[in-house]
Amino acid sequence: MADTAAHLDGNSLAGPLSEILAVEPTAAWWRCPECARSGPLAELHVYGPEPGLTARCPGCAYIALRLVREDGYAWLTMGSAAGAFRFPTA
Amino acid sequence: MRPVPWRPARLLARSPQTPTARTLVFSVPGWPGHLPGQHVDVRLTAADGYRAVRSYSLAAPADGERVELGVQSVPGGEVSPYLADVLPVDALVEVRGPLGNWFVLRPGTLAPVLLVAGGAGVVPLVSMVRAHRAAALRGPLRLLYSVRGPDDLWYREQWADRHADFDLALLYTRVAPPGDRRGPERITARDLAAAAAALGPDGTAYVCGPTGFVESAADLLTGLGVDPATVRTERFG
Repeated sequence: MADTAAHLDGNSLAGPLSEILAVEPTAAWWRCPECARSGPLAELHVYGPEPGLTARCPGCAYIALRLVREDGYAWLTMGSAAGAFRFPTA
Repeated sequence: MRPVPWRPARLLARSPQTPTARTLVFSVPGWPGHLPGQHVDVRLTAADGYRAVRSYSLAAPADGERVELGVQSVPGGEVSPYLADVLPVDALVEVRGPLGNWFVLRPGTLAPVLLVAGGAGVVPLVSMVRAHRAAALRGPLRLLYSVRGPDDLWYREQWADRHADFDLALLYTRVAPPGDRRGPERITARDLAAAAAALGPDGTAYVCGPTGFVESAADLLTGLGVDPATVRTERFG
């Protein structure tokens, strides 16, 4: 995992999501509501750059989740609609 | 809830792997251990408080407080050139981990395992090879390692010292050494065919490397009839 800006995958969310989840998330199973493809969070395609990360379905690019981090907070949106949860991280 | 904590990590040693790649060994008090394939986040804090975080794969199985990372220096990068060539021995950084529970090879796996590495993607996979070497019970493990040329090969001493149940193929993409009958070219279905067939119904493939390499190698595997659900991938950009 280098400094460059091509898309990464859900493996790279392990650290950022560990700030707000108690269970290791990369093996979590997900089914795309758009194209019905399924697989683990690790296989989602992740686009940056920090501090905003967008995880998309590898099949159809539907947004699975968005994570934005700032000092003391992380904003997590599940799915492609609006409505973020703000978690304290400090 | 118990977030994965940041822990101070002291640089014990640095050694070259290639002209631009380094092994960094840290001592991390309180390190809880890890599985082959897992990674860490490394955090650097500048004097003015500016922070940068990057992910690096663990290159060796768990060994107490010793944590070995592989760092490829990326030209113009904010973090990797500093870690590769500037951070002094004995200096402190912070690490968070172990991270990832999907791209891991669990100890005691007896089914066939295929590892496909592109460039620096070999780092988490060499951790799997080293764990396999140390295991009393193990199944067949095969590594296909794609590199530009002989100068770009990481972990030479590891490959010189083969062990039972382990098979290695080096795939050169630009410059092949004398005597290499394959000749330099990018990874093809021909390179993967025998390994894909040997996976059988119970095997698992792990593919790690730059994004383009991972996508093409994973597509080649599924094109050869490997169930996509048994192909685990990790991209690093």
